[in-house]
Amino acid sequence: MSFQVSKHDGVTLVEVEGQLIVGNRQELKQQVLEQLEGGDRKFVIDFAETGYIDSSGLGVLVSLSKKIREQGGELRLSSLNEDLRTLFELTKLDTLFRISDDKAQALEGF
Amino acid sequence: MTPMRPDMDSDLVLELPTDIRSIEGAVDYVMSRCQACTEHARRLNLNFRVGLTEALANAMLYGNGRDPSKHVLVEVVVRGGMLRATIRDQGVGFDPTRVPDPTLPENITRPCGRGLFLMRSLLDEVSFNDLGNEVTLVLRLDSGGAFEGGAQA
Repeated sequence: MSFQVSKHDGVTLVEVEGQLIVGNRQELKQQVLEQLEGGDRKFVIDFAETGYIDSSGLGVLVSLSKKIREQGGELRLSSLNEDLRTLFELTKLDTLFRISDDKAQALEGF
Repeated sequence: MTPMRPDMDSDLVLELPTDIRSIEGAVDYVMSRCQACTEHARRLNLNFRVGLTEALANAMLYGNGRDPSKHVLVEVVVRGGMLRATIRDQGVGFDPTRVPDPTLPENITRPCGRGLFLMRSLLDEVSFNDLGNEVTLVLRLDSGGAFEGGAQA
């Protein structure tokens, strides 16, 4: 897994490439927490290039969302493929996150 | 430690070190070696891949307690229209009935506890041995018994 971080009118966009799973989840968590500590409050994580996320990856997203909310911010997600949407629906995490069809939509509405 | 004795009728047997970084490669390898996984690629890419990933993660993190001296044994069999994977760790086992439902409102914001739930949701059968250090995952290949997730074979 790798990711790119960019800023768009006050929103931090993290584009993930590869699977977000137990073996690499801490890399994403550390990256986002560094941005949060640096003052960023609005985050979009885009999964256009991600095939699947395991329960550990889902857990990291839940944890990050909680930490960002505690700082008065928000974490939104975008570009979930059909399988990823299924995982979010099964675990009911689709009720916890605002999920956009693509990153442009997520950034536009923030 | 529990000795590793693979079932010699298995189509594929892997013995993995306890290293969570090895999980992705191991799952990719099993998927690449399984002809049924090729024929049912789209469905199994979600159900079986996620189920196996969760089972391996549980075995290494909770079963073997991240102890690098311990191993995880994976046996995969394809017979009679079903795919069966058995994952065994060298831990003391656990009681799967005591794992809370992660979709309940009081648990939804917890960062952990979704692995077993995903296995049970995505596979046709999930069973444990008496000790609780071995899980068997079954996915029927001929029909959509498990959650199909919108992907068709």
